[in-house]
Amino acid sequence: MKLCLLCENETEIESWLPFFGAKAPRLCPKCLEKLVKITGPSCRLCSRPMEESGICSDCEGWGESVFVSNQSLYVYNEAMQSIIARFKYRGDYVLASIFADDVRRMTLAAACDLICAVPLPPTRLAERRFNQSEALIEAAGLAHVSLISRSESDKQSKKSRMERVNATQTFYPIGDAAGKSVLVIDDIYTTGATIRLVAKALMEAGASSVKSITIARSGS
Amino acid sequence: MTHASFFAGRELIDEEFKTLPDEHIATRPAIHFDGGQPRCNRCNNTTNFASHPCARCGNICTYCRNCIEMGKISSCTTLYTWIGPPPEHHENAGTLHWTGTLSAGQKTASSNVERAICHSSEHLVWAVAGAGKTEVLFQGIASALFAGKRVCIAAPRSDVVRELAPRLTTVFPDTPPAVLYGGSPDRNTYSPLVIATTHQLYRFYHAFDVLIVDEVDAYPYTFDRSLQFAVQKARKPESALIYLTATPHAEWQSEVKKGKREATLIPARYHRHPLPVPKTEWCGNWKKTNVPKNVLLWVKTKVEEGQRLLIFYSHIDTMEKALPLFKEIDLRIESVHAADPLRKEKVAAMRRQEIPVLLSTTILERGVTFPGIDVAVIGAEDAVFTESALVQLAGRAGRSADYPTGEILFFHYGKTDAMMKAIRQINEMNRLGIERGLIDR
Repeated sequence: MKLCLLCENETEIESWLPFFGAKAPRLCPKCLEKLVKITGPSCRLCSRPMEESGICSDCEGWGESVFVSNQSLYVYNEAMQSIIARFKYRGDYVLASIFADDVRRMTLAAACDLICAVPLPPTRLAERRFNQSEALIEAAGLAHVSLISRSESDKQSKKSRMERVNATQTFYPIGDAAGKSVLVIDDIYTTGATIRLVAKALMEAGASSVKSITIARSGS
Repeated sequence: MTHASFFAGRELIDEEFKTLPDEHIATRPAIHFDGGQPRCNRCNNTTNFASHPCARCGNICTYCRNCIEMGKISSCTTLYTWIGPPPEHHENAGTLHWTGTLSAGQKTASSNVERAICHSSEHLVWAVAGAGKTEVLFQGIASALFAGKRVCIAAPRSDVVRELAPRLTTVFPDTPPAVLYGGSPDRNTYSPLVIATTHQLYRFYHAFDVLIVDEVDAYPYTFDRSLQFAVQKARKPESALIYLTATPHAEWQSEVKKGKREATLIPARYHRHPLPVPKTEWCGNWKKTNVPKNVLLWVKTKVEEGQRLLIFYSHIDTMEKALPLFKEIDLRIESVHAADPLRKEKVAAMRRQEIPVLLSTTILERGVTFPGIDVAVIGAEDAVFTESALVQLAGRAGRSADYPTGEILFFHYGKTDAMMKAIRQINEMNRLGIERGLIDR
């Protein structure tokens, strides 16, 4: 018997399915149906939902970059907010496994040479006990390389939009990514400021291109 | 604030305090391993754990998923308790500022509670809805505080805690209670009198000489063994344990009847009127009709008479489908459920008599008083309407001395055992109330 990771009710699976190697889902159908996948037209660069496909005004504003594109899986709705809060701030590491299949599938589709996590400033890492970006990658059974590191900085999530967009660089290269395409995996894409700073540091490490995958896409 | 008053009786993790005293502190690991099997020392969970490489200690750490909402506990976490002298005790702590009088039934319960508190024993107060069980506690709490003891009233839900707090602040003005629930401002306030949700007891260790558990039959306390553990952990090894309820579960009822459990029964309300007895009425398949014809007619007649109603539904979706049909009778009719963002506002509007009919899920089955209402249950045979739920919600009618009567209707699609038992229990209470001279006829 497997229990839902969120509501602790039983997760159901047709009794003959395990015979074919199917695993019980990590969430029960009720919790699962609250997660909304991003579908329909969206920005080609950051996967923000839009009326028709194209490039959103935000991404136009960012201009030329080594950063190629971001793909987000789910809408940052109430259910997703509470999952991310429990995962990242409460520290419920095992919730990363909810997205293991999604992350694996999208990583395969992205076809990059290397995977890189978004580092946390040292004090925040000790506070949280784990890095949420690494947790997502590890839960998907993937390997990541340390290409960049991060100095102490203020919490991104506490900043206003303007502060985030104008954030100064805190990431710096520590590895070699010469000529390689790099995939960055993280929990949320908000303004894209973090991922662009990460991309810049990765470019300094020699990366030829940078893509990102995030579980949720917040912001309007 | 002194170290003693900050730490006394609590068991805390690093994140919960700023500085650690140099002395008088005992520690133990937050997770205990017994032959490799983890057990959480805070909530006693033995089944719901996960692990990950820990950036703090550098090892693979196991963490408890059961009490993670109270702050994460890992195998590298330490629990701290105070073993120094207790905080100073105010000599007026036990002065009771209350001029009310107890009913005969309340009086018996009050002295039995006081005796249990003196002798550090267990006692159950089984008091019908509207009996006035809070007043029954005053004298016992007063003598405990007077004797320098520490008292805690634990209730399963934060709205019950918030309702109790001002009442106790009024009667013990020298000892304003510390009021604890998730996100409460009193988090670090010391008081010898604590009112807390049962969940907050996880943070206490051998703290209380008197622990009073209100609504002991209510969810989630009865279903959650770790909350029952929290109660045991929070009380001192030598301490009194008082249970309050209007509807003890079957096992306790039979223990009381066999004399195996010390209990005081208050079978009648303080206003000396009998409990209104529910009637049953068949209403067909309400899941199809949402509002059966006879229900609609009943509601219409009542609303035209100016009678206000509380109507219970078993499920949110049927209730939401029913609402527009009721709104055809009166647009002010509203519905409320646990996750309703306007829950507090709607309940307050119902109290101010601005809503003629309020539809509700079982969230309003206990702890609320709306004077002068009639009560109906649509689909009373549904499994959510247990015997105790039905007795509790029937207890919403006729509570105030000004409106001591009221009609209660169980609309059903097939009578259940629970319905019949609930009615039998109410009749039995009225019979006992008359027999003991607690009801005027």
